[in-house]
Amino acid sequence: MDWQAFEVSIKLALLTSMSLLPIGLAIAYFLAKSKFSGRGTIEAVITLPLVLPPTVLGYFLLVGMDNNSFFGSLFVTLTGHSLAFSFVGLWFASIIYSLPFAVQPMLRSLEQIAPEIREAAWCSGLSKWKTFFKIELPLAWPGIITAMVLSFAHTLGEFGVVLMIGGNIAGETRTVSIAIYDSVLAFDHQQAQAMSLTLLVVALITISVVYTFNHYRSNTRVL
Amino acid sequence: MLQVSLQQSRPTKLDVELRCEKGEVLALVGPSGAGKSTVLRCIAGLQSSQQGVILCKDQLWFDSKKGVHQSPQQRRVGMVFQSYALFPHLTVKDNIQLALDVDKKNHQQDVKQLLKQVHLGGLEHRYPHQLSGGQQQRVALARALARQPQVLLLDEPFSAVDKVTRRKLYLELNTLRRGLNMPIVLVTHDLDEAAMLADSMCVIHQGKTLQQGTPEQVLYRPDNVAVARQVDVRNLLSATLKDNNGQLQLSWNNYLFTVTSSSSFVAGQKVHWTLSPSKVLLHQRVRPSRGEHENPVTGVIQDMVTLRGITTVLIIVEQSNGDLLQMDLPEHVAMRNQLKVGETITVSLLSEAIHLMAD
Repeated sequence: MDWQAFEVSIKLALLTSMSLLPIGLAIAYFLAKSKFSGRGTIEAVITLPLVLPPTVLGYFLLVGMDNNSFFGSLFVTLTGHSLAFSFVGLWFASIIYSLPFAVQPMLRSLEQIAPEIREAAWCSGLSKWKTFFKIELPLAWPGIITAMVLSFAHTLGEFGVVLMIGGNIAGETRTVSIAIYDSVLAFDHQQAQAMSLTLLVVALITISVVYTFNHYRSNTRVL
Repeated sequence: MLQVSLQQSRPTKLDVELRCEKGEVLALVGPSGAGKSTVLRCIAGLQSSQQGVILCKDQLWFDSKKGVHQSPQQRRVGMVFQSYALFPHLTVKDNIQLALDVDKKNHQQDVKQLLKQVHLGGLEHRYPHQLSGGQQQRVALARALARQPQVLLLDEPFSAVDKVTRRKLYLELNTLRRGLNMPIVLVTHDLDEAAMLADSMCVIHQGKTLQQGTPEQVLYRPDNVAVARQVDVRNLLSATLKDNNGQLQLSWNNYLFTVTSSSSFVAGQKVHWTLSPSKVLLHQRVRPSRGEHENPVTGVIQDMVTLRGITTVLIIVEQSNGDLLQMDLPEHVAMRNQLKVGETITVSLLSEAIHLMAD
């Protein structure tokens, strides 16, 4: 078992899902509130990673992170390190890759809150921030939990984008899925099997948690 | 006192003038889509109109010319939404406590007191989905009152409850309002509800306020035909005024009626007239009276409907082009006089109850 690859994968998945909490919530809140005509286009762009082949997305991200590109050169100037083939680059790419998995559940749960609930809070004297923290956030909580778990699981199983952006640097960018691929190429089926099974169990547990949680909520509370 | 003046051309047309005194219930009535809820939302600060002024006591809440637009939080309004809009994840107690906590100086009221006021003690720890429609309405009312609002706004608060509960809630609101020293604006499309609960009534149609007055004035003495149609007056007819020895009389088909309120009209003028069905008096067959000389009309009974002890008789007037008159009378009077469909009867139209409106 390549425990180092597991460590990289879990660290990446945790950081990605935690980063997507504020980013996804901000985007979802903005989309839930806005009614402008370009909303469909923005939603489509956010959902694009869901339908785009990971290698295509990975290619564009690689080009964007190149030291000669605007972002790549900016990162080099600020940190002295290259963005491509680094853990930070992988983290950034994972945020983009898992964005639809975070935004969609959050957006759906925010849209389900009737506008009158928000207005009733304002009429009760609650400020917009207080309304968000005391009313909207608790009501959107199931969607937020789902978003976090899905983006964690999705990042854990990431392969194409990791291969394009991160390469295969042990302890830095080699994730479990890359390690499995390596093991198969090296005919080490025992290690490939062990890691695949572990990943399968982790994925099953996380998805089961989401379904059980949502099922529990729908049985205990009418929202 | 609340004074509202709103004008807007887009997206929905608004031309609203209304006022509501302290302790008074003003019912805003009109059909669906007339703009009633829009007016209420403008008062609450949830939306604004292109032009206008909203003044509450001596506070300017909205003035388009001065660029004043206070937020709902600043306005101190109590609002009961049509759907009640209770916070579903909070208990009854927390729903109310949240509104109480906003004003830290508010020590005078507590949740228990408020729930007692709306007859809902003992349900503090329930969630909204565990309450009936009537109970939810009471919680919404308690939450609206928690901030000690300067104005109470009720947006069709009885539309989501069954008829039996509604009647109970009418009585409760009527008792509660006596202790509330603030303007109360009630939006409803139910004229009976408005007449029962309100001191003042304002008719709104296609975003325009047509008339404000007491329910008696609006329902029985509408300013014009548009109001009459909105309040669904049951005898709305047209006629011409004639001069008879210096006194104006109403010429309708082959009848000539005496009217008392004709000072603002002239002879020859075409007018609309209305008369409450309860002011049409039956000439009793068994006991004729002197009042029978007053504007007598003969007709044939086309139909009869009895509801809760009141019989409505539909009469096709003789010597007319099929004009219909409606008459309300106690059920026992209809029975005593053995009224039947197809029979010819004579009635008197009370001259002081005939209300004229310009064409």
